Amino acid sequence: MTIDFVAIAPEIALAITALVVLAVDLMLRDNAKQIVNPVAALGTLIAIGFTVNLWGQQRTTFGTSFVIDNYAVVFKLLFLGSLLAILGISWRFFAEGRYFQGEYYFLLVTAFIGMSIMPSARDLILLFVAIETVSIPAFIMAGLRKRDLYSSEAALKFFIIGVLSVALMLFGMSMVYGLTGTTDLVNIAESIRVAGEASPLLLGSVMLVIVGFGFKISAVPFHFWAPDTYAGSPMPVAAMLAVASKAAGFAGLIAVTFIAFEPVAHVWAPIMGVLAIVTMTLGNLVALQQRDLIRLLAYSSVAQAGYMMIPFGLARSGLEGAVVNDAAVQAILFYLIAYAVMNIGAFGVAIAINRRTGLRSISDYAGLSGRSPLMAMAMTVFLLSLGGAPPTVGLWAKFAIVQAALTDVTPFAIVLMVFLTINSVIAFFYYLKVVKIMWMDPARDGAPALQPGFNLSIFVGLLMAGTVVLGVLPGLLSSATSLASVLTSG
Amino acid sequence: MDPNTASWALVVALFMPLAGAAVLSVMPSAMDQVIRRTAVVITGIAFALVAWLTASFDYTRSGELQFTSDAMWIPAINARFELGIDGISLPLFFLTYLLTFLCAIYTTKHLPEPGKPKAFLALMMLLQTGMAGTFVAFDLVLFFVFWELVLVPMFFMIGMWGGPRRDYASVKFFLYTLFGSIFMLVAFLAIYFQAGATTWSIQELSAMAPGGLTFQTWAFLGIFLGFAIKVPMWPFHTWLPDAHTEAPTVGSVLLAGVLLKMGTYGFIRIALPILPDGAVRFAPLIGVLAVIGIIYGSLCCLAQTDVKRLIAFSSVGHMGFVMLGIAAMNEAGIQAALFGNIAHGVITGMLFFLAGSLHERYHTREIAVIGGGMLKKIPRYGVLLTFVAVASLGLPGLAGFWGEFTAMWAAISPGMGLADSYSGLYLALVIFAAIGTVLTAGYFLWLLQRVNLGNPSERWAAEPLDDVMRIEWVSWTPLLVLILALGIFPVLVFGVQDAAVTNLMSYLGG
Repeated sequence: MTIDFVAIAPEIALAITALVVLAVDLMLRDNAKQIVNPVAALGTLIAIGFTVNLWGQQRTTFGTSFVIDNYAVVFKLLFLGSLLAILGISWRFFAEGRYFQGEYYFLLVTAFIGMSIMPSARDLILLFVAIETVSIPAFIMAGLRKRDLYSSEAALKFFIIGVLSVALMLFGMSMVYGLTGTTDLVNIAESIRVAGEASPLLLGSVMLVIVGFGFKISAVPFHFWAPDTYAGSPMPVAAMLAVASKAAGFAGLIAVTFIAFEPVAHVWAPIMGVLAIVTMTLGNLVALQQRDLIRLLAYSSVAQAGYMMIPFGLARSGLEGAVVNDAAVQAILFYLIAYAVMNIGAFGVAIAINRRTGLRSISDYAGLSGRSPLMAMAMTVFLLSLGGAPPTVGLWAKFAIVQAALTDVTPFAIVLMVFLTINSVIAFFYYLKVVKIMWMDPARDGAPALQPGFNLSIFVGLLMAGTVVLGVLPGLLSSATSLASVLTSG
Repeated sequence: MDPNTASWALVVALFMPLAGAAVLSVMPSAMDQVIRRTAVVITGIAFALVAWLTASFDYTRSGELQFTSDAMWIPAINARFELGIDGISLPLFFLTYLLTFLCAIYTTKHLPEPGKPKAFLALMMLLQTGMAGTFVAFDLVLFFVFWELVLVPMFFMIGMWGGPRRDYASVKFFLYTLFGSIFMLVAFLAIYFQAGATTWSIQELSAMAPGGLTFQTWAFLGIFLGFAIKVPMWPFHTWLPDAHTEAPTVGSVLLAGVLLKMGTYGFIRIALPILPDGAVRFAPLIGVLAVIGIIYGSLCCLAQTDVKRLIAFSSVGHMGFVMLGIAAMNEAGIQAALFGNIAHGVITGMLFFLAGSLHERYHTREIAVIGGGMLKKIPRYGVLLTFVAVASLGLPGLAGFWGEFTAMWAAISPGMGLADSYSGLYLALVIFAAIGTVLTAGYFLWLLQRVNLGNPSERWAAEPLDDVMRIEWVSWTPLLVLILALGIFPVLVFGVQDAAVTNLMSYLGG
């Protein structure tokens, strides 16, 4: 079997970067260790170059289990872009904290190798390997501040729930293999289609697989780890978990649901729809109560996952469902990209505030507009975007979901839209609360000066600009996502 | 400037405030006065451009779109950057630029705590682009973006420069409006797909009038929620008294003068022509809610003790007349609604200016605390208040009269077959609306009696209070002239709109 090295070049580049980072860290001492960050960024840029090169190509390797198409390329660019942004917001944070920098960057890049494989994987085993490559480094990273009790708790919670759900998923996968005789996603779909009526056992295994991914995307009721883990982890790790790791979960979920289990969409779609409703409603209602900004962002990210699950609820089986499914996948993809830009940005601002001051409560943001206009402006843009106000990309992300829901209207789609509407309003309530505190409340006496640092300011500024530019010209993004259809490749 | 080719003029006029906001935001905050003057210059140039555009408008073809631009904007969903202006848009567009310019002049001397003219004026100009864009966008997606763009600056205006209950008022304003506009977005998308998912153009969709009666009813309901909250119609009006009362003077002026008009404009421009069947079905309901609004607004006004809150509630009543005109579903009714829009914008905008100045002088807006005698204490101010209040209560010869009178006249014989099945209902509506005008006269005259007449109370007798200042004359005179001019020559607005309304009615099939 020949291996198409061009197709896996981005992953190879990342793997080499991870090893170089580890080696460089070993050779350097103390302050010089922070050089590993730009080294990792350089490797990421190279990987981005290889990925861009793959745009418009159709490649398959390792049999049919690894596929390169526009869908995969868009996802990979999303991951690599997030990696770059997370490296940008990590530098000072880790350099000052003197945590295990080499280890952190090695683990971070390794997790992204797993993510990068995810959208290309068309085989249950490869999907499983990818999800584990994302999860295991993430478990360690969550506990990186090992002298901090909260960090250890975060890691432990994350690990136990994570391992449990992965075990369930693996169990489901093995049963799917037993029932269909194949691990290839396309063949599984074919086999289910030929068999006609799906057996309850098969449907049960489908659910187990979905549960595994539900943990990764922090869908209710598998979300319990998320707030504690986000709050306890080092902040850049929380950003990684909230954005990139979640996007990877969605990539895997799209692959198994829309390709492998497409013939039984009438079973899982309503379940996903109901989970979407529960996830966004619960996430938003609990977010209303939060006093800690990171926990607020954590619950907001649970709610955002709920919005992104709506398109799954719209899925249909068969040929007549193809148009709807296509629109659904594009909506998810669009939302994920928009979400990555605005949510990493929000975490970036949180790091800027937290840096050297240790502040993280929402009331610490009072008077931010006077203390650091750039950060206040940026946070405002990110929060409004998360809520979906113009002129930000968040508006179009919601737009894409509504558009998918109305491609072919069903009563269930209307129910989903009503919940989306109500939840958008609830969400604005707590986003606006933070905005209000930043701009309208006076700063506390003796509030320490902020030193976001040059690097962080640049990245936050870039993400803010991206949020607004894509908000004015969403065509830049939608023209890419509309070309990226997973189904045509399936 | 040739209205057929000079599409640049509209685009430049629309985005000049946005560019101005960007210019202001990079100026150092210490240059307080320079910033205020720059804002006057920028809004002044924008207004001059719009005045020039208004002068070059081809009034013989006011039913057609002029100064049009059309470019692909978001290819993936066929959304286009489609701008244009016709007889319906022109007066509102003009009013937007005039009011913002006057507000900028007013702000050179008056700005509530905590100051920060840079942020305030930049937000005001961002708001201006949003408001103006709503009136000239002819693509539903573009319209929606401009519509939503208004929310954020207004939220900050109320929340940062507002009165004591600003937190509550700003959040309530934002969430309420947002709630309606998401339903509106869903309805827009439903229309888009129903019409074959090829176009968002308001004109093309109007010509199509997609869907059957059931679809039109549901889609109208979605759009109705969005627009009715913005107008606001009873029972969706509860955000308005809070927002108006807490907003700074400039915010209230723009809220009353332009923002509320976006709702009625949306009904006329989008809801009626695209969903005529749904509109006919909803018309009686709109009429009933409108008249409840008229009566309810007037009764609330009678109970108010705060001048500004009283004016805010009077808006509910006046917008009720505008909606009654729309509910009539005939040409005269639409004309009345559009005229009422402009008249209310000018008069109530002016009233809020007066309320703001009142507060600056007396440091209170409580009628009982002011306690009368303004005509003696500050006579010019007292005269102005009388003049504008009388215009607002609909005295013939001033602007307020034509919108209300024509709306009631139109509602007696509603169009689109409504006269056959609902003639009794509409007659009752007109009777109650007429009672509303009496109540309106009642509360305004009572207000004048309580604050203007009599002798100044002991508390204020010795207090040195400024009469109308020069800056106030400058920013108010255009509005005062307009109130009189529109009252004597209503044809100024009716004439411009005429062809466009006829054109619109052809979509309705009436």
